Amino acid sequence: MSLLQKELSDVVMTPSGLRSKRLPVAVNLVIAVAAIVVAAALVLGLSIGGWPLVAVVAGILYLVGLFVAATRVEGRRSARNKIMQALIYAACILAVLPLASVVWTLISKGAGRLDGNFFGSSMNNIGARDPLGGAYHAIIGTLEQVGLATLMAVPLGVLGAIYLVEYGRGRFALTVRFFVDVMTGIPSIVAGLFILAFWVLIVSPWFNNGTPRFSGFAASLALTVLMLPTIVRSTEEMLRLVPGPLREGAYALGVPQWKTILKIVLPTALPGIVTGVMLAVARAAGETAPVLLVAGGAAAINFDPFAGNQSSLALFVYQQAGDASRYAPDRAWTAALTLVALVLILTIAAKLLARRNRLS
Amino acid sequence: MAKRIEASNVTSYYGSFKAIDGISMTVEPKTITALIGPSGCGKSTFLRSVNRMHEVLPGARIEGRLTIDDQNIYDADVDVTAVRRMIGMVFQRPNPFPTMSIYENVVAGLKLNGAKKKSVLDDACENSLRSANLWDEVKDRLGRPGAGLSGGQQQRLCIARTIAVEPQVVLMDEPCSALDPISTLAIEDLMFKLKDRFTIIIVTHNMQQAARVSDKTGFFSIDKTGDPGRLIEYDDTQKIFSNPTEKKTEDYITGRFG
Amino acid sequence: MGDIPSRSATTPAGEPGVTGRHARPAGTGVSPNAPAGPSLGGGGALPTKKRFGMEAGFRGLSTAAGAMVLVIIVAIGFFLVSKAVPALQANTENFLTYKAWFPNDAEPNFGIAALAFGTVLSSVIALIVAVPIALGIALFLSHYAPKRLATPLGFVIDLLAAVPSVVFGLWGRDVFLNPVRDLSLWLNEYFSWIPIFGGDGPFGRSILLGSLVLSIMVLPIVTSLSREVFMQTPGMNEEAALALGATKWEMIRTAVVPYGKPGIIAAIMLGLGRALGETIALALTLGIVFNISFNLIENGGNSIAANIANTFGEANATGRGALIASGLVLFAITLVVNMAARAIIYRRREFRDSAA
Repeated sequence: MSLLQKELSDVVMTPSGLRSKRLPVAVNLVIAVAAIVVAAALVLGLSIGGWPLVAVVAGILYLVGLFVAATRVEGRRSARNKIMQALIYAACILAVLPLASVVWTLISKGAGRLDGNFFGSSMNNIGARDPLGGAYHAIIGTLEQVGLATLMAVPLGVLGAIYLVEYGRGRFALTVRFFVDVMTGIPSIVAGLFILAFWVLIVSPWFNNGTPRFSGFAASLALTVLMLPTIVRSTEEMLRLVPGPLREGAYALGVPQWKTILKIVLPTALPGIVTGVMLAVARAAGETAPVLLVAGGAAAINFDPFAGNQSSLALFVYQQAGDASRYAPDRAWTAALTLVALVLILTIAAKLLARRNRLS
Repeated sequence: MAKRIEASNVTSYYGSFKAIDGISMTVEPKTITALIGPSGCGKSTFLRSVNRMHEVLPGARIEGRLTIDDQNIYDADVDVTAVRRMIGMVFQRPNPFPTMSIYENVVAGLKLNGAKKKSVLDDACENSLRSANLWDEVKDRLGRPGAGLSGGQQQRLCIARTIAVEPQVVLMDEPCSALDPISTLAIEDLMFKLKDRFTIIIVTHNMQQAARVSDKTGFFSIDKTGDPGRLIEYDDTQKIFSNPTEKKTEDYITGRFG
Repeated sequence: MGDIPSRSATTPAGEPGVTGRHARPAGTGVSPNAPAGPSLGGGGALPTKKRFGMEAGFRGLSTAAGAMVLVIIVAIGFFLVSKAVPALQANTENFLTYKAWFPNDAEPNFGIAALAFGTVLSSVIALIVAVPIALGIALFLSHYAPKRLATPLGFVIDLLAAVPSVVFGLWGRDVFLNPVRDLSLWLNEYFSWIPIFGGDGPFGRSILLGSLVLSIMVLPIVTSLSREVFMQTPGMNEEAALALGATKWEMIRTAVVPYGKPGIIAAIMLGLGRALGETIALALTLGIVFNISFNLIENGGNSIAANIANTFGEANATGRGALIASGLVLFAITLVVNMAARAIIYRRREFRDSAA
């Protein structure tokens, strides 16, 4: 007898046998059926709720029953293991339910206005009783704003990443890196307020005879603020993957560092950088708050992003959602479906691109 | 307490890859058995199948019988955690839990088994660390992180952690390959000491080590890459290193191996 | 500790793929450049370093781009303050403690108290709901699901993170409202003695609805971050736990969770940052009432960001200033939360790198 076994009579250090009883599957099933029956009897009998409550109570009863049965047959440790596994599986199911509902609603409600009129017309002169009206102007707005934002954010972000990877040393680079990460968490509404205060209220009056002016460009400035940290971080990661010997090979040939970066490092990392940019674009395209604050929204088509109100798809969804017209929800859902399609196509394409690169 | 292990015709697969083929051997209680052989010959795979650790890798399965005192550990109703409690394992690289102190590392297994009383845990900790020849070096800093020790100390800490749960068999998978010669010597001393209480199986690349510490030696080999590993010869260590029966064993021992 | 075997399907670290693919084009990129330079070979003095060459220019340009991030963060604070101050000076009430929001009146009176309370309450409830589920899914993806299932499921979770918040808001208002209203009625009927479920209605567009929608939105973020953390657990520590005879759950408790703890805390705080700043989903689902109440199920609730989106349209100059002032508070809160989260991650990275 070892010392431990003498002192710890309740602790089975060395199991006498390796065999252990297992809870038969049949018992598992019996517990499940019993849980449902008891729950239904309890809930419906006392008429304290409907079928959703039955499901919840049955789930809880099943877990309790399983734990008790498993503890008696297999022991406490094994029972706990089982319950945790059950809870982890339950978490997955619980999360899938609302998400499935979102997808289902998007498709079923969004299909309502998937017609040529929706994609070919704006909301100009569309009254509350008018069933038509579309998101053409909003799509134009989204494309222009996101396009401009990409044009500004990509060079800035890539250069910033180059600084962090190739040139940045010491405390300053660490600070920049840290705040790039912090900046990814800035709420989009704060970015919108910043551009509102800085561009719309202070700078834009200079170009507009002293009165502040909303514009799609202001929205793209706000989106730039939101895209910049994402692009810096993803580009930085990609640049770090470029192997050192590749750079050293170029230096050994006498190629200056800036040329090495532009001609060797960047092209090597390009597919990864594109992936990161596409993900950032997808996120920016879905932003509502900044556009609401600095582009103002509009019912009519405005091709000029530098002057006058513009809408965007996300903002269109939000405004239609707040519209009292009984035709507005249909428009909102179809626009939401369009927006999700746009965003998901970009995201999936980006991920597939990343995957292909990784595999090759 | 120590137990006899019998492998009969053990064949193990990773997916469709056959890693070892038809291994049969008997390991007597309270002996040290060394498994030697070239890299990739299935020594570690065999060792890991003795306490069913190979199952951790997806797609791993096994054929044949592996018994510990006549109980087949691969029977359907065998509890795998009980097998591993009975057959402890020390790994190639020291792997103390990085978030735990030295003390917590040693008693981790006891706590899993439900031991809560402080005095019991304290005693067990001291006993195990003494058995692992580590007590004098760490007794003043039990609360410090286990990862802060030197490599050799970490490995002895892992041995202490393994023997704290009082297993009957201790498997060691190249326990000294990441250590310097002095730490290696300390571990070898320790093995002699532990032999009184445990059955020990050790996988090693170091033939001097096998010759120094073991009672019996098994030589594993493969014909060519991709073939399963086979047990070529299994005999008393003295015989293997002085007068092996198989030509292959002799070639390997004398360094004439391909 | 040694190297940390990363089994994450999305972690590209250490993948030689990029090299292999681009070694050739990169090589051809070198050769035409190499013999360029007129000063190649031959004798003579080495060319002196140019002070204002392309090298210095490019270095300066990229440094400026890096510094731009700091400039933007400082500028956000600066411009928000500059526009908020006039409105705050016009305010006739205490901005921090006053609950109502009438910045457009002749005598502007507005305060952040109710909004800040609603923001924090809805975010905290959202996290209480989302975190256990997210950790469960993350563990499922990293340790329970077979790889064939884990990869596509992880992909779906990443896609969900990309769905715009306005879509969740719309769904919350048009679809999710009904079950939440039923639940609220049920809770009110049987548990009205608990103050958070009390009240006389109407129910539905409540903190509960907003929080649940928020929790669905932060779920993917917390899940994917903590999944990555769980996957970084050194395999040899998991094996050590299993070799001691631990069950799967005990292995997770002994090896996986303690190792990932800082990362999980950071993931939760990043989720909190996201929830605090969420605008549109709450603007569409909350009942928009300016009071401080722990009642979760009655129509009501408000948040800083939702209030900005809802009242911006009819705001005058002072009203805008007041909204910007509230945005400043939000900026400060999220900045602190994010900096704390990042600081945890950075410390953990150092710890990991130094131990390697």
